[in-house]
Amino acid sequence: MARAVSTERKLVFTVIGWSIGLLMFFPILWTILTSFKTEAEAIASPPALFAFDWTMENYQAVQERSNYFRHFMNSVIVAFGSTFLGILIAVPAAWAMAFSPTRHTKNVLMWMLSTKMLPPVGVLVPIYLMFRDFSLLDTRTGLVIVLTLINLPIIVWMLYTYFKEIPVDILEAARMDGAGLAKEIIYVLTPMALPGVASTLLLNIILAWNEAFWTLNLTAAKAAPLTAFIASYSSPEGLFYAKLSAASTMAIAPILILGWFSQKQLVRGLTFGAVK
Amino acid sequence: MGQIALRNVSKSFGEMAVIPGLDLEINDGEFVVFVGPSGCGKSTLLRLIAGLEDVSGGTILIDGTDATGLPPAKRRLAMVFQSYALYPHMSVRKNIAFPLKMAGMDKAAIDTKIADAARVLNLTDYLHRKPGQLSGGQRQRVAIGRAIVREPEAFLFDEPLSNLDAALRVNMRLEISELHHQLKTTMIYVTHDQVEAMTMADKIVVLHDGRIEQVGSPLDLYRSPDNRFVAGFIGSPKMNFIEGPEAESLNAFAIGVRPEHFGVSRDGGSWKGTVGVAEHLGSDTFLHVHSDSIGQVTVRAAGEIDLHYGEDVWLTPDPDKVHRFDREGLALR
Repeated sequence: MARAVSTERKLVFTVIGWSIGLLMFFPILWTILTSFKTEAEAIASPPALFAFDWTMENYQAVQERSNYFRHFMNSVIVAFGSTFLGILIAVPAAWAMAFSPTRHTKNVLMWMLSTKMLPPVGVLVPIYLMFRDFSLLDTRTGLVIVLTLINLPIIVWMLYTYFKEIPVDILEAARMDGAGLAKEIIYVLTPMALPGVASTLLLNIILAWNEAFWTLNLTAAKAAPLTAFIASYSSPEGLFYAKLSAASTMAIAPILILGWFSQKQLVRGLTFGAVK
Repeated sequence: MGQIALRNVSKSFGEMAVIPGLDLEINDGEFVVFVGPSGCGKSTLLRLIAGLEDVSGGTILIDGTDATGLPPAKRRLAMVFQSYALYPHMSVRKNIAFPLKMAGMDKAAIDTKIADAARVLNLTDYLHRKPGQLSGGQRQRVAIGRAIVREPEAFLFDEPLSNLDAALRVNMRLEISELHHQLKTTMIYVTHDQVEAMTMADKIVVLHDGRIEQVGSPLDLYRSPDNRFVAGFIGSPKMNFIEGPEAESLNAFAIGVRPEHFGVSRDGGSWKGTVGVAEHLGSDTFLHVHSDSIGQVTVRAAGEIDLHYGEDVWLTPDPDKVHRFDREGLALR
C-alpha cells in the first residue's frame, strides 16, 4: 500500500537527499573547479569557489607534458580487458556454484572472498618478482592479468548472487521442454541473468579503472594507465595542485560519463532480487 | 502410448535413503495421484520419472523401453510445476511455443497449435502478455498450455494447485479432470491433499517415508485400507482409532471407525459420550464427542442435528464398516 506523503515531508527529504549527494560529490567538484584555476589561486586562502579567473592553461600544460591519449588507451584496455577476462572465467564458476553446489561451495566462496581481505602490499614483493621473471613488468598484459585476479572474487560473488536468484524450476522446465544445456543457457538463463551480468561488467570496469595500487607499482611508462598519469603530477619538485586537478579531471571524466549513462542499469543490477 | 513402469527404483541423497526401492505400474491413459504427507518422497518420485533427478538404483521404463539414463528432454514427458516455472522474459505466446521451437517445428504449425491451446484454455486475449501480468490461475493455465501443445506421452503435475486460493483450486481441479477426459493421456499428479487425490484419481498411490503404503482406486482405499496409515490419511475428517477393551472385544489391537459411520442417538446405543464442540454446517454436523469407553472421537452426521455443547449422546458404529487392525497397524480382514 502506498503511504500518503505530505508535500513538506517530500521537501525535507529532497533537501536532505541533495545535501548528502552534494557533500559526497564535493571533492570531485572541487577538483574540477581547481583544474580551471591558476596555481596561485589553487592554493589561495581563503579559496575562491567560483569567483576566480577561469583558465585552460592547466589543461594545455598537461597536454604538453604528457600523452593523455596513450594513458587513456592503457586504462581502457586494462579495465575492459580484465573485466571481460574475469567474466569469462567467472560465469562458468558462478554457474556451477549456483546450480550444482557441493558441500564445499560455501567454503570455496568464503575462501575466494578472504583473498580480498589481504592487504595487497603484503604480496607486492612476490608478485613484483614474478612479473620481473616473466617479463610482465610495465606491460598491459601483466596489468590485465593482475587486475583480473584481484577482481575475480567480486565478479564470481556478484554473478553467483544473481544466478542464485533464478529459480531452478525454470531451468528444469526448460529441460522438460526439450532444451539441451546449450539451448537452456541461450534462451532461458542468459536473458534472465542479463541485468546482473551487465551491472557486474559495469562495476568491474569502474573498479579496474580506479585501481591505483598495482597499476602504479607494476608500470613505469609504456603500460601506465590514467592512475599513473595523475600520480605523475604529485612530483618531488613540488605540488602543482591545479595541474594535478586537471589531470584528475581528465582521468575520471570518461568513467564518470560511463557511470552517468549506465546508472539506471547499475542501480537495477545492484538491487536485483532485493524486491520480489 | 504413455505406459510407465518403475522397477525397484531407489533414491538416496548422500547417506539418506529417500526412496528405499519401489515398484509401480502406470497404465496408458490413467490418472495416477501420488499422495502422502510432506517429506514422503512423492515429489522426488515424480522428479525421478521426469529425469530431473538421477535414480540411485533400479529401472524406469517408458512404453516398455528403458528410460533410466535418458535426459528429461528425451523422455517425451511434460511437467507442470508448483511455481508454474514460466519464462518471465517471454510472452505467453512464446512460453507456449518454447517446447515446439525446441522440437524444431515450423512456424505455421506452431501458430496453429498455440491458437488451439489458447482457445481451450481461455488464453487467446492474453497471448501478448508477460507472465508477470497474469493472475495465478492464468499462469497455471499457461503452464498447462505449454505442456499440452507438445502432445507428450504423459503429463507430470507437481502440486500444481497449492499456490492458488481455495475457490480457484476447486475450479482448476475440475479443469484438469476435464482435460484428462478430453486428452485421455496418462497423468501423474503429486499432492499432499487427499481431497484432490480422491476427486481426481483413477488410481491413488499412497506414499509414506519413501515406501508405497497402498495402491488402488479412491474408493478401494476408502473402503478397505491396508493399514492404519492409509486408513488415517484417506478420508476427511480422519478415521477414529479406538484401542483397548472395545477393540479387544472384536479380536483386534485397534479398531477404526470413520466419522460418517456412527449412528447418533439421544436415547441409547453402544457408547455413551458427551458432546464437545459441535460444528453445524447445514449439510453436515460435526460432533467432537468425548466418551469414557472409547476416548475422543469425531462424528459426522448428515444434515442438521440438534445436539449442542455439553449434551449427552449415544454412538453406535455401523458394524459392517468397522476396520480392525493388529499391533503392527496392518488391517485384519
